[in-house]
Amino acid sequence: MSSDKAAVRGDQGNPEPAGPAMPPTVTPSGIEIPEVVTAEMAPNDPGLPGEYPFTRGIFPNGFRGRLWTIRQYSGFGSAEETNQRYRFLLERGQTGLSVALDLPTQCGYDPIDPMARSEVGKVGVSIASLADMELLFDGIDLGGISTSFTINGTAPMIYAMYLAVADKMGVPRDRLTGTIQNDILKEYVARGTWIFPVRPSLRLIADSILFSNQETPRFNPISIAGAHVRDAGSTAVEEMGFTLANGLAYVDEMLRRGGDVNHFAKRLSFFFYVHMDFFEEVCKFRAGRRVWARLLKERYGVTDPKALMFRFGVVCGGSSLTAAQPYNNIVRVGIENMAAVLGGAQSIFTCAYDEAFQIPTEFSAETALRTQQVVAYESGISKTVDPLGGSYYVEYLTDQMDQEITRVIEEIEEYGGAVKAIEDGYLQMRIAQRALERKTQVDAGERVVVGQNHFRRDDEQANDFGEVFRLDAEAARRTVERFEKVRDERDGAAAEAALQRLSAAAVEDDENLIPHMVDCCHAYVTIGEMVTALKDHWGEFQEPVGL
Amino acid sequence: MSLQGKRILIAKPGLDGHDVGAKVIALALRDAGAEVIYTGLRKAPDYIANVAVQEDVDAVGLSILSGSHLELVQQTAEQLAELDGGQIPLFVGGTIPAEDHPALEAAGARGIFTAEMTIDDVLAAIDAVLGN
Repeated sequence: MSSDKAAVRGDQGNPEPAGPAMPPTVTPSGIEIPEVVTAEMAPNDPGLPGEYPFTRGIFPNGFRGRLWTIRQYSGFGSAEETNQRYRFLLERGQTGLSVALDLPTQCGYDPIDPMARSEVGKVGVSIASLADMELLFDGIDLGGISTSFTINGTAPMIYAMYLAVADKMGVPRDRLTGTIQNDILKEYVARGTWIFPVRPSLRLIADSILFSNQETPRFNPISIAGAHVRDAGSTAVEEMGFTLANGLAYVDEMLRRGGDVNHFAKRLSFFFYVHMDFFEEVCKFRAGRRVWARLLKERYGVTDPKALMFRFGVVCGGSSLTAAQPYNNIVRVGIENMAAVLGGAQSIFTCAYDEAFQIPTEFSAETALRTQQVVAYESGISKTVDPLGGSYYVEYLTDQMDQEITRVIEEIEEYGGAVKAIEDGYLQMRIAQRALERKTQVDAGERVVVGQNHFRRDDEQANDFGEVFRLDAEAARRTVERFEKVRDERDGAAAEAALQRLSAAAVEDDENLIPHMVDCCHAYVTIGEMVTALKDHWGEFQEPVGL
Repeated sequence: MSLQGKRILIAKPGLDGHDVGAKVIALALRDAGAEVIYTGLRKAPDYIANVAVQEDVDAVGLSILSGSHLELVQQTAEQLAELDGGQIPLFVGGTIPAEDHPALEAAGARGIFTAEMTIDDVLAAIDAVLGN
């Protein structure tokens, strides 16, 4: 490929008229694709949906009982603006909320911190104290909608704040539904919003799972996520394998804390990416569901079928989207959306066509939402359960993915388990090398990206995307002003006392910190104050930066 | 191309956790013969400038995907100048809209790289600035 690379890329200003060579006959994970698959090559009966090992789905009636949740990730600027966007999406038929938080909130810095200064409200909404969250959910019935928070380093504090805001709105805690991502292991690997070292971070996660199982039994206190590992460069097989290995680490931590796996495993949920290789993605979900159920049953002796059910959300888009000819992204997201549905996802987020390079405008956000509604209500693919079940190719590839995913999990265990592989930087290095491979393949035109490395146009209009999203320049200032006002007007003694109790409880390893965090939130203690108090005891994670 | 033996600092300023681009470029520079120092995540501009000057690097590459590129490039350039490192070429890569390119160049960026560019083109651009 290298000899005609420049011509294929068209980077000399001469678009290449001819198409690329035929796509390779391996999946992006490297699984050989047979020319034709016969019954003999797919001998395993996938069983029935709703029955172990759940290859065909966790519900016997699929989406006929209940459609997946249409949940668009959004948040920017201040709480008021994000509240407006939520109302906009809900009015147009979105069925769940998904909160995007800014980096200071995710990393535990208050908006006035020097580290936060240039990042307030940029990639998500700034939530520093209960006052922000009250505005964020103003006019929205938290008892009637599920809310997902992509939050990890500060997940226990944000969860506590959600409970506090529900308390203030008079919504009983046992009616709350939704998810906090709360998956710190993959933050160390690929997403980067870690705060504390691994050990106290695992403690906080176990605290929140134990507390949530009691207090908010319909809420998912963790969403073990592969999406970011995938976006960072890993293959579909590695995405599932790394994520299930992290899942096993959380199960072990919960057992260490005295949890009952038949109970807590019912509320472990997962979150994945869906990329462009349609069948590999569908089979990744089918195989993942089966591998997880098998691991829990055979290793941990789980007997309750509900605790064996692999429930997951999906994001369509991310690194598969391009800035080149961005309207093509609408088509990509549509294909990915269908793969997520045929894989049996419980909730889906479709990226907007401009999401690879800016906060979506109302227009692009609505188009992404409509994509899901078209798939859900016009395409007919959700009318029968697992319509691809029994296809020779789909069952064959599901079996292959099952084997490869299992092999990745075994490799991590041979290394010493997920926690060790992460502390050493082993997984991080593996992903970086994979990312370089992927980029090299795209650069060489071997992995086709339409409009970017093939069928490219170099004229000025080629990359137009319509409206440019403009963040309100005053939003950060309003956020800082509110922060200072809240801090000045709160009952200082009550805030100080609540923070002291949290700090004292952190010293003991066996005390659950969540109730103390809820007290802090009610007293308008800020996220930054809580994080600083805990850092004083625990220190910060030291990132292995070797290349 | 002669990036052979050049010392290059790849840095992640601010709170952004997306490090794929930084790591891919770092690995590619190393494959091209450069000696690469990678800071890891969440470094303040003054820290980055300090490392650059102390390590006597030939170039600094900042990776920013959080939308804070204008502030962070500006601050890093200022800190470099303050430490008498103003002559060290500064590059920036990430999610950077075309309309921000002039402001970044005015702030001192000698090259601006986005995900759509090939690795070869990025390395060639760095090489052209560093000269031989």
